[in-house]
Amino acid sequence: MEAISKNISRRNFIKFSSLTGAALTLGLYSQAAGKEAEIITPEAAENLGIEMNAWITIDTNGKVTITNHRSEMGQGSFQSVPQMIAEELEVNLSDINIVFAQGNNAKYGSQITGGSSTIRGTYKKLLKLSATAREMLIEAAAKKWNVSKAECYAEGGRVIHKPSGKKFHYGELVQEASKLEAPKNVKLKLPEEYKIIRKPLPRQDTPLKTNGSAIFGLDKKLPGMLYAVVERNPRFHGKVKSFDDTETKKVPGVKHVIPVKMSVFNTFREGVAVVADNLWSAMQGRKVLKVEWDDSGFEHLSTEQLYARMSDALKSNNSLSVRTKGDAEVVYQKSENKIEATYETPYESHACMEPLNCVAHYQDDKVEIWGPIQGPDWVQDFLSNLLSLPKEKIIVNMTFLGGGFGRKAFMDYPHEAAVISKEVKAPVQVVWTREDDTTQGPFRPGMMYHCKGSVNANGNIESYIMRTAGQNMDHQWPNADKKSYNGSATEGFLETYLNSLQHYSFSDSPLDVPIPVMWWRSVYASTNAFAMESFMDELAAKAGKDPLDFRRPHLHDGRYHELINKLEEVSGWKNRKKGEGYGVAIAESFSSIVGEVVKVSKKADGKVKIDKVWAVMDCGWYVNPDIIKAQIEGSIIMGLGAAVTHATHFKDGKAVEQNFNTYKMPRITDTPEIEIHIMENDEKAGGVGEPSLPPIAPALTNAIFDLTSKRIRKLPFNLEEV
Amino acid sequence: MASLTLKINNKTHTVDVDPKMPLLWAIRDVVGLTGTKYGCGIAQCGACTVHLGGTPVRSCSIPVSAAANKDIVTIEGLSTDNSHPVQQAWIAEQVPQCGYCQSGQIMAATALLKKTPNPTDKDIDTAMQGHICRCGTYPRIRKAIKAASQLMNQKASIK
Repeated sequence: MEAISKNISRRNFIKFSSLTGAALTLGLYSQAAGKEAEIITPEAAENLGIEMNAWITIDTNGKVTITNHRSEMGQGSFQSVPQMIAEELEVNLSDINIVFAQGNNAKYGSQITGGSSTIRGTYKKLLKLSATAREMLIEAAAKKWNVSKAECYAEGGRVIHKPSGKKFHYGELVQEASKLEAPKNVKLKLPEEYKIIRKPLPRQDTPLKTNGSAIFGLDKKLPGMLYAVVERNPRFHGKVKSFDDTETKKVPGVKHVIPVKMSVFNTFREGVAVVADNLWSAMQGRKVLKVEWDDSGFEHLSTEQLYARMSDALKSNNSLSVRTKGDAEVVYQKSENKIEATYETPYESHACMEPLNCVAHYQDDKVEIWGPIQGPDWVQDFLSNLLSLPKEKIIVNMTFLGGGFGRKAFMDYPHEAAVISKEVKAPVQVVWTREDDTTQGPFRPGMMYHCKGSVNANGNIESYIMRTAGQNMDHQWPNADKKSYNGSATEGFLETYLNSLQHYSFSDSPLDVPIPVMWWRSVYASTNAFAMESFMDELAAKAGKDPLDFRRPHLHDGRYHELINKLEEVSGWKNRKKGEGYGVAIAESFSSIVGEVVKVSKKADGKVKIDKVWAVMDCGWYVNPDIIKAQIEGSIIMGLGAAVTHATHFKDGKAVEQNFNTYKMPRITDTPEIEIHIMENDEKAGGVGEPSLPPIAPALTNAIFDLTSKRIRKLPFNLEEV
Repeated sequence: MASLTLKINNKTHTVDVDPKMPLLWAIRDVVGLTGTKYGCGIAQCGACTVHLGGTPVRSCSIPVSAAANKDIVTIEGLSTDNSHPVQQAWIAEQVPQCGYCQSGQIMAATALLKKTPNPTDKDIDTAMQGHICRCGTYPRIRKAIKAASQLMNQKASIK
């Protein structure tokens, strides 16, 4: 067993007094500041007790502490990781502490909170190690009582000897238990035996988020901390040629003005940092800073140029083959019942409500980081390289994240904070303004798709050809193989469709331009599915079939049939009334399948409105149905935003939309009624945070086609102008 | 720089700041109450909403000097133990995801219910449309405001 980490004293440590009650903190509670303490004293840290494994620590009073190794950015890991562990460990969720892990992938495995992977990537391991710890506690009790282990069981943080009713709490057993050899093959509970898993239990972090006490990155303070804002090159590349800080240095509170650069893929983003003793002064100083950029050596592109280039690429003979079967092009050419269509999706900013920020304290030979970070272990590896420090000298602490959506998995902003702290020899918080956050990227890449397909006499697909043009995120890294195809070019497409098709071809034409791009909730599926499921609807129309019935012969697996039947049933698909348009889209991503139906109608003024969305999620094994519902609601609304309210455009190499006055986020008034159903089955766990986003845009445009016979092939579009 | 008196959550703070500093930064960085959030700085998102003289305002766009000597209530002033009916409704409906915008949402909802104890869907839309939530908690915000309205009416009838 590992000894308790010395770094534990620096963990963001929160103790919950009850499931939905007020949260208390251990350690230094600062009443005056009215917020949670974040650093607990070494004495308090000792109280955490003995580590049964990397996730479970028990003190001699029986207090159980569960570590969440992933980030909490709204998706619910702070609840779902402990909920899994508590089930097999046999403890009450109301009796535990939860702590954020620091970056340490040697201890926890990958900590990157991306790819909707927290549950599906770790549940088997976490269930097993929790059950293993439980069995060791039972064995320790049996030894103490000198009885057979078979006569003992665990419940509510205690081991009970069934015949006598004698009890030990875990704290009385942990010392002995931690020294036992771990059993190899523990028996896991069957789903019907679950007491905690699969229950819609309220989230442990909710009370912290309703009284202002949850500490996000932007709320982190250190003694003597300085604040920095950075004027960065608005064109993503280029160099600082010169700067004039005469006026900046006159602003009271401004302490330093220094050139800074941070690593962004295969280049460095240059800028000038204004460092002050308060954030407002730093912002004021930046306003009067004059910087001259050297913007030579790269293209200053506009949106029109980007899409013209993608359009040309789709027409050219150059593409990388991604996945093929049969001879799709030959079959397509011979067919008399064929169609083709081109689809277009926009670049997007992540627009997390908490703008990027990071605290770094560089001292002597180590650096400590605090911030809204999706991949603390990645930050360690990345900074280790860039700062030439051993990994263990880079301590990365996660705060709560005010949204992440992929953006906070990137390591540029912790790098920038570390560089500035090193230079000014003080702890520094770097804050991105909303304008920085919206204009600096990395963005979701804009994409174009060309689809061709034919249907046979039975009305089934006989050939399917999809070509993608757009930036390949992988091509941005140093020494990337730019001849490699986009591995996500089929992401979103149902695997079962592929099995049913005799002739298909997916290919990709990468666009090589100097705009940084990055994962955006559901990544390429967020755009692919618009083309795939719009085209599915177009093929259904070509075949003269109902869109659900058209899909059915292509579903070669009962799981998909059950989902489509459920969708048909709950949405009242077959009972639509006159004046109602129904559209469907189904997408598979991150090992989950989600089908959505949108109902639209016309308002009195003739404009289209969204009446309702039905979503059916098949994510296989799951933990908390209420968190799943919240993720589906959120994904649908974020997907609607990218379909009808916002997009990032470029002009002269710079992002045009700077803040929420032009980057129009979906609001409560854009939110339709949403009804959600979760499929119950014995499949493996799939992702939850992302897979509900891809189907919403095509379900909506397909519904509009159903109502108006008008095809929308370019996003975003204005609902008011349909 | 100016010496100003801020009355926040029934407590008086004397702050020595640039009078043009937005109230938001005075609350967060000078007084140290971090429940009020920075979202956009241009009164578009509502994350920074506090009550000034009982009215919800965007603290990012009000100079601190304009708030001097007036009653300011922040999220911490509703209650720190989540006993306010709006906080209770927010917990019951499990509204927050990331939670970053929720202080502003709750302050707006509280102001709405004070003025309109039984809001219609339209009242809710009107009061809340200035508040952005990237996580998309809007369906639950609607439910929670209705739940809070019921809770407050129950409390009023008991009295």
